[in-house]
Amino acid sequence: MSTAPSTTQVLSLYREFLRNATKFNNYNFKNYFIRRSRDAFNSGKTLKTQEEITNAYTKAQQELEVLKRQSLISRLYSFEKLVVEPLNGSHKK
Amino acid sequence: MQSIKAFTSITSRGVLFQTQRRFIQTSTVVKAATATAATATADDLPLDIPSTSAAAAATNEAFKTNPLNGTRPIYLDMQATTPTDPRVLDKMLQFYTGLYGNPHSNTHSYGWETDKEIEKARKNIADLIGADPKEIIFTSGATESNNMAIKGVPRFYSKTKKHIITVKTEHKCILDSARHMQDEGFEVTYLKVGEDGLIDLNELEAAIRPDTALVSVMAVNNEIGVIQPVAEIGKICKRHKVFFHSDCAQAVGKIPINVNEMNIDLLSISSHKIYGPKGVGAIYVRRRPRVRLDPIITGGGQERGLRSGTLAPSLISGFGEAARIINEDMEYDQQHIKRLSKKLTDGLLALEHTQLNGSATARYPGCVNVSFAYVEGESLLMALKDIALSSGSACTSASLEPSYVLHALGADDALAHSSIRFGVGRFTTEEEIDYVIKAITERVEFLRELSPLWEMVKEGIDLNTIEWSGH
Ligand SMILES: Cc1ncc(COP(=O)(O)O)c(C=O)c1O
Repeated sequence: MSTAPSTTQVLSLYREFLRNATKFNNYNFKNYFIRRSRDAFNSGKTLKTQEEITNAYTKAQQELEVLKRQSLISRLYSFEKLVVEPLNGSHKK
Repeated sequence: MQSIKAFTSITSRGVLFQTQRRFIQTSTVVKAATATAATATADDLPLDIPSTSAAAAATNEAFKTNPLNGTRPIYLDMQATTPTDPRVLDKMLQFYTGLYGNPHSNTHSYGWETDKEIEKARKNIADLIGADPKEIIFTSGATESNNMAIKGVPRFYSKTKKHIITVKTEHKCILDSARHMQDEGFEVTYLKVGEDGLIDLNELEAAIRPDTALVSVMAVNNEIGVIQPVAEIGKICKRHKVFFHSDCAQAVGKIPINVNEMNIDLLSISSHKIYGPKGVGAIYVRRRPRVRLDPIITGGGQERGLRSGTLAPSLISGFGEAARIINEDMEYDQQHIKRLSKKLTDGLLALEHTQLNGSATARYPGCVNVSFAYVEGESLLMALKDIALSSGSACTSASLEPSYVLHALGADDALAHSSIRFGVGRFTTEEEIDYVIKAITERVEFLRELSPLWEMVKEGIDLNTIEWSGH
């Protein structure tokens, strides 16, 4: 069994999640994945054992791959902006 | 006493609300809404009347959306369907890029790899409802699952059983299947519901006969979000040894469902209501004690012979992934939905003369159905082009018929016509809810200003004292 990831590794993974979530063109998906990533990493703070942390880290790495592919697809197929979205793209979130 | 005829000729704008003229009374909202609908009839009206669309145009003029923002409406029709989760799409894409084997080909690895994914999906779906994977049969959706249950079970046991029990507020595909069974010589009891949308358990028990083949009651209603007491119904059915089917299309993944704890024998699921792809669903069929049914589609004998035909691996595996995610994240999603739903409900009910339809307690928070008195739902929807919503009636088709579900609750046409359903889901944001509350508030007020009845209400005229003339 490999050793648990360091705090730096976890934080860097978290940044990758946020970076890719922000890249979604779809407003609802973007906001959801930002919120979900934030909450998932926050609740990860309560994990205690090395095994728990390692498992969560490995799972998150796989989920990051999904997020990378899907944020790319969201940019390839874009639709009109929603009535709550500024057209210039800068969004307060 | 006052004559409404005079009123209508003065304020021809009242035509906005031309529907039926009926006058029934229960709650104040019902009264008000009925009065709204009673305003004008064709023979009362001058010729140059503004049409409903003209009024909607006026409303659009009055409420320009922010030109610096986009124009695509906010999606708030989650009971009709949900957006496909990107994680689901990610799973599905494999089947359009490499995994193209027929899952029923058992002589080579192309078949095996696809079959393995199907079985993973089956397990995820079984886990979501506490079933064994062998008890999950894939179908094209909840409509097909419901048809299988309502037609298949009574047909199989038709030598001894001739009776089916269901509820007036069920989805059209249940009610229509039941009608077909009546044509085949079965008797069907349609249980009524109270004002809160719930069935009476005593009435259900009393309706059960020695020749009852099946009881079918949905868990969460698609129009009003009311949750029926499924566990209690299951107990009653078990005690009387009658099969129990539940249409859980709107319930699975949203409220905890367990087929064993709830004594459910057959259960329908739809993928596109849980952020999965459209065109796929499943029916759970209990194996112990075994439930038998006549299949509707026969052929190669796939799916235990209950549903022949080559399975659609991409759809099924997307459905399975959607089930896995909603199972893992049920608490997280529901916390979010509950919070936004409370904000929305409080915001809408803060308007005068509004009412929440269906039980306030036994409800799924992601479905909020509200009546706005003195406003016609269809007019309001037309004035709300920037929000994708459904009026209680528009669920099954584009018909303008008032909702039979709201009727079953005792609402009259006018109240049913003034109702709108709001669906909150996993991807709804707080910003969207704030926008919706503001938009609805402004436009309800605007439309009410056009209503002569609203003027009367504001002047404190009791609408009951009015003599509705001309008929
Ligand atoms: C309660 C209920 N049952 C059945 C259905 C039909 O499901 P499907 O679209 O999968 O056939 C729906 C959706 O409209 C529903 O809300």
